[in-house]
Amino acid sequence: MTDISRIGGARRRRDQSAEDVLTPQGIYPPTEEMLAEPVDPELRKAQEERLKAVWDEPPGWRYWSAVNNSEVGVWYSLTAFGFMLIAGVLALLMRVQLAVPDNEFLSADRFNQFFTMHGSAMMFLFAVPMFEAISILLLPAFLGARDMPFPRLSAYGYWAFLIGGIFVMGSLLFDAAPSSGWFMYPPLAIIDEGVGSDIWLLGLSFIEVASIAAAVELIVGTIKCRPPGMRINLMPLYAWYVLVVGAMILFAFPPLIAGDFLFELQRSFDWPFFDPERGGDPVLWQHLFWIFGHPEVYIIFLPSIAVAAMIVPAAARRPMLGYHWIVLSAVGTGFLSFGLWVHHMFTTGLPAMSLGFFSAASEAVVIPTGVQLFAFVATLMAGKVRMILPMLWIAGALAIFTAGGLTGVMIALAPFDWQVHDTYFIVAHLHYTLFGGMIFPIIGGIYFFYPFITKKKMSDRLGRVSFWLTFVGFNICFLPMHLTGLLGMPRRVYTYPGDIGWDWPNMISTVGSFVIAAGILVFAWDLVRPKPKQGYTERNPWGAGSLLWSHDIPDPGWGIRSVPYITSRYPLWDQPKLLERIDAGRYYIPDAEEGLRETIVTSAIDARPQHIARITGPAWCTIWAAIFTGGAFILPVFKFYLLAGLSGAAAVGAVIYWLWTSTALVPEKPMKDAGLGLRLPTYVSGPSAPGWWGVFITMLGDMTAFASLVFGVFFYWTSRPDFPPPGSPHAVPLFVGLAALCFLAAWGATLFARTQNRRHDVVTARLCLGSAAILAIVGVGVLFMSVWMPGLAPASHVYPAILWGLAIWTGAHMGVGVIMQLYCLAGSMFGKLTPRYDADLWNTTLFWHFLLITGLVTCAVMGLLPGLL
Amino acid sequence: MWPGGPVLICAILVLAGCDGPQSVLAPGGEDAFVLANLFWFLLAGAVVLWCAMNGLMFYVTRINPRELSERGAQALILWGGIAFPTVVLAGLLFYALSIMPEQRAEGDGGLRVEVTGEQWWWRVAYWPEGADEPIISANEVRLPAGSRSEITLEADKVIHSFWVPSLGGKSDMIPGRTNRMSLAPTVPGLYRGQCAEYCGESHAKMAFTAEVLTPEDFAAWLDAEAGPAVPPDTALAREGRAAFFAEGCGACHAIRGTPAHGRVGPDLTHLASRATLAAGTLPMTGEALARWITAPESVKPGALMPGYDHLPPERIAAMAAYLEGLE
Repeated sequence: MTDISRIGGARRRRDQSAEDVLTPQGIYPPTEEMLAEPVDPELRKAQEERLKAVWDEPPGWRYWSAVNNSEVGVWYSLTAFGFMLIAGVLALLMRVQLAVPDNEFLSADRFNQFFTMHGSAMMFLFAVPMFEAISILLLPAFLGARDMPFPRLSAYGYWAFLIGGIFVMGSLLFDAAPSSGWFMYPPLAIIDEGVGSDIWLLGLSFIEVASIAAAVELIVGTIKCRPPGMRINLMPLYAWYVLVVGAMILFAFPPLIAGDFLFELQRSFDWPFFDPERGGDPVLWQHLFWIFGHPEVYIIFLPSIAVAAMIVPAAARRPMLGYHWIVLSAVGTGFLSFGLWVHHMFTTGLPAMSLGFFSAASEAVVIPTGVQLFAFVATLMAGKVRMILPMLWIAGALAIFTAGGLTGVMIALAPFDWQVHDTYFIVAHLHYTLFGGMIFPIIGGIYFFYPFITKKKMSDRLGRVSFWLTFVGFNICFLPMHLTGLLGMPRRVYTYPGDIGWDWPNMISTVGSFVIAAGILVFAWDLVRPKPKQGYTERNPWGAGSLLWSHDIPDPGWGIRSVPYITSRYPLWDQPKLLERIDAGRYYIPDAEEGLRETIVTSAIDARPQHIARITGPAWCTIWAAIFTGGAFILPVFKFYLLAGLSGAAAVGAVIYWLWTSTALVPEKPMKDAGLGLRLPTYVSGPSAPGWWGVFITMLGDMTAFASLVFGVFFYWTSRPDFPPPGSPHAVPLFVGLAALCFLAAWGATLFARTQNRRHDVVTARLCLGSAAILAIVGVGVLFMSVWMPGLAPASHVYPAILWGLAIWTGAHMGVGVIMQLYCLAGSMFGKLTPRYDADLWNTTLFWHFLLITGLVTCAVMGLLPGLL
Repeated sequence: MWPGGPVLICAILVLAGCDGPQSVLAPGGEDAFVLANLFWFLLAGAVVLWCAMNGLMFYVTRINPRELSERGAQALILWGGIAFPTVVLAGLLFYALSIMPEQRAEGDGGLRVEVTGEQWWWRVAYWPEGADEPIISANEVRLPAGSRSEITLEADKVIHSFWVPSLGGKSDMIPGRTNRMSLAPTVPGLYRGQCAEYCGESHAKMAFTAEVLTPEDFAAWLDAEAGPAVPPDTALAREGRAAFFAEGCGACHAIRGTPAHGRVGPDLTHLASRATLAAGTLPMTGEALARWITAPESVKPGALMPGYDHLPPERIAAMAAYLEGLE
C-alpha cells in the first residue's frame, strides 16, 4: 500500500499554482483486507437504485435520444447489418445477370451502379462501421468501464452514419447511384454526368468523418478508460486490436478525405487536379485512394481477428498463447499495411524499383498475419478444445482465409499480378480474404456475444445449418472464380460472350451465391426471431475469462456494478471472488450520489486511477448536429451551396450547444470519494483528461489529411514538368509572410492566455484570446489576398488550384480555431472556464499547436516553393 | 466410391476448361509461358500449405482436442509463423523479381505498336523500324511470332488497360502518360484481348483480336495493310459507298484512298480483314455490320456513334456490303 500522491501520479507544471493541482489522494492499490470487507446490504440497495436512475434509457419516444453505448452499439450494428443485406442483394442481382452470356437482365448502366454500390456499401457502410459498432457495444465491458468516454459522440457518429448511408444507398432507387467503381478513378468519375460521383464523394466523406469520430473515441476509450490495475500488457487482445485498428482508421481515412476534397473541387468548380491537359494527374488519386484502400483491408480484417482472439481462449479453455507475439504482429500488420498500397497499382507503369519494393512489402505482411493465425492454432493445440458453435465459424474462417492468403502471396508477386490484376481471380482472392477474414468471424462473434447483449442464446441448430450453407455456398460461388479469372474474364464487365469458356464457371458461381444467401438468411432469422420462451442464459455461458462476462443478468443499464481492480488478463478465471465483489459494489465508483453518469479514468500505460469523468447523458442536440452536418455534405451534391453553408452553420451551432451544456462543466466539488479509500478529482484538464486526448488524436488524423495535400504538391512537382507552368504568377511572398506572422502571433497569444488564466490573470487571458482570434482572421484574409491579388486562376492549371486548395484548407481550419478561442472567451466571461477549471483552454491550445503547423507549412509551401522550382 | 474420385473428376474438368482464346493457362507467348508455369508451381505449393494448416486445425479441434504439448505449440508459432514463411517468401520474391526485367524487356524485332484506348475501342498504329509514318488500324493487333515487339500505350479520355492473356501481362493506358510494354509471341494463332481497367458503361464490350503470324506472313500482311482500301466492285457495294459518304460517315471514320479522313472513330481501311467488329463484340459479317450501323447503342450501350435506324434497311444493307468488301 502506497500513498498515491507520492508515487508520481501527478507532475506539477511550471505554470500551475499549488492550490490548483488536484491529484488522487488516499490508498492505491487496494489491499486484500479492504476488498474482503463486506458491504452493508442497505447501502448496496440504495446505491443500486441511484445507479439505475442515472443510467436508465429515457422512456417512450425519448428512447431515441439515448446515448448509452449499449443502445447506440445495437442500433449501429443492426444498421450496418441492414446495409450489408442490401449490398448482398445487389451482388445476387449481378450474379443473375452474369449467370448466362449476353444476358439482358440488367442494363450496363444499372449493373455498373450495382457493382459500384456493392463495393462501396460493403466497405463504407458495413465493414468499417460494423467494427466500430461492435466495439462501441463491447469495449466498455471488456474494460470494465460504464460507457465510452464521449457517449454523445458515439450517438452523433451513429446518426451521421444512418443519414449518410440512407442517402448514398437511396440513390439506387432513383437510378442516380455512382457508377464509376468503388475506387472512383478519375478521369472516368470526373467526366461522369449526373450526380453519382458527387453522391459518392460527399455522402461517403460524411460517413468517413463519422468513422473517424468513432475511431477517436475508441482509441481514447482504450487508452484512458481501463479499470485500475489493467496495465497495457494486461489488456484483453480485443482492446489491443481496437487500438491498432483505431489508429489505422485515423491515418488511413484522411488521405482519402484529402483526395475527396480535391476531387469535389474539380467536380464542382473544374479545378484541374486530375486533368492531365491542365497539369493535373489522374495517378495522384490512385495513390491517395490506395494509401487509404490498402490499410482499409486490414482495418476490416484485424477486428475480426480480435473477435477470434476472444473466442479461441474460451473454446480452448486456456489463456491465449503468444500474447506478446500477437500484439507485436497486430501492430506490425498495422504499420506494414501503410506500405503496400502500390500493389494495387502494379500495372500503372511504375518503375521496376517501386514494384520490387512493394512486392517485398506485400509478401512481408504475410508474416505477422501468419503469426496471429498460428498463435490461435497453437492455443487450441495446447488447450482442451470444446467445439462450441462460434468456434465452428472461426474454423471455417481459417479455412477460407488461408486460401485467400495463399492467393495473396501469388498476386503480391508483381509479374504474376500483371496477368491476374483486375480479373475474376482478384474477385475470388478478395472475397476469400474478406469473407473468411470478416464475415465468418463476425458471425461467429455474434453467436458468441449474443448472450452478452440480449441475455439469450441463438439457436445452435440454426447456427450449424447457417454455417454449412454459407460455407459450402461460398466455395461453390468463389472457388470457380479463380479459374474464370485465369480464363481471362476481367472484373466489372456487365456481360460476356458465350464462346470463350466463361459460361459454365459463371453459372456455378451464380448457383453458389444463392446458397450463400440462404445461409445468411437463416442466420438473420436466428438473429431477429423473437425468443420469448427461452429464459435468460447463465451469466458467463461460454466459461470465458474476460471481464466482459461480468455483467449481471438481466443487464442493468449501468453496465458494470463497480469498477474492479484488475491483476490478470483473464480476471474471471484468475481473480476469485471478483464477481461477488463487483456485484456488492465493493470496488470503485459503486454509487451515483450526485445523480451524474460517471466512469473512471486511468493513466495510459499503468492504469493508475486519475480522475472520475462525468460523462454525457441522453440528448437531442447530437441528432440535430448530425442532421445539419448531413445537410452541409449532402446539399452541395445538388449545388445548393447557400443552403449547405447555412446547414453547416447550424451544425456548428448544435455542436457548440452540445459542448457548452454538457462538457467540461464546473463540478460541484473538486474531489470525490471513489471507494476503497481513494479520492479522485472530478475535473482535470490537460493530458490527464479524455477530452485532451480526443483533440490530440483527432488532430493526428487531421494532420494526416493535410500531409496528403502537401504530398500532392510534391507529387505534381516531381511528376509534372509544367508545375508551375512557365510564366505563371506566384503567391505574393510579402502577404504569405505576413499571414505566417499572424498565425504565429495568434498561437502565441492563445498559449499565453492559458498560462495567464492559470495565474488568475483572467483579464489578460481574455484580451489574449480576443486578439488571437482577430490575428487569426487577419492572417486568413492576408493569405487569401496573397493568391487573389496576383490573379491566380484555379481553373486554369493545377498550380494555382493547389495553392487555392491549401489556402481554403488552412482558412477553414483557422475558422474552427477562432470559434474555439471565442468559445473559451465566452466560457471565461460566463464562468464556465475559470483559472482552475480550464480544460477547454487546454484543448484549444492543443488544437492551435497543430493549427500553427498547418498554417506555417501552408505559408512555407506557398511562399518558398516558387523559389525552389 | 473412393473419396478422391470426385476431386479427380473436378481436376480433370478444370484442366480441360483451361483452354480458351483469352486464357492465362493456354499461353502462346514467352511471357505468358513463364507466368503460367509460375502459377502451376504456386498452386501446388498453396494446396500443400492449405492442407497442412487446415489439417492441423482439424486435428487439434476434432481428432485430438486434448491438451497437447505447450512447448510444441510455442514452437509452432515461431517456426510456422515466422521462420518458414520468411524463407519461402524470400525465395519466391527473389525468383519473381528476377523474371520481371525480361517480361518488360525492350523490343528486339524492330516493330513498335502504338495502341490508344478510346471509349470503347482501340486505336492501333504500327511503326515498323525506320518508318516516318505509322500504318493505322483499329480493334485488332497483329504481331510477328519469334520476336519481341515494343508496345506503347496511351489513352484518350479515361484509363484503360491493354491485355492479351495468352501473350503476357497487362499494362494500363493512362491519359497524359505513355506507358510501354513488350510482347514476344511464339505460337501463331488467333487470340483475344480485352480492356482490363473499368472504363465506363461499355467496358465489357471493349475487346480485340490479337493475331500472331509467322514473320513472313506478318511482313506480307503489313505490306497489304499499309496500302489504300480496295473498294469492292459490285453494284450494291457502289451504292453503299455512295451512301457511306452521303450520310457523312467519313467525318468520323477514315478509309485510306477515299475522301474519308475522320479521326474520331476507328479507321475502316481494311475493316473486312479483321476477325471481329465493334471491338471484339460482333462477328465480321454483313448482318452484324447492318445491325451495328442501325443501332450501335443496342450492341454497345453509351457508344458515341449515332444510330441510323431512320434509313431504309436497303440503304443500310448496301453500306454493309461496301464495308464488308473492304479487305
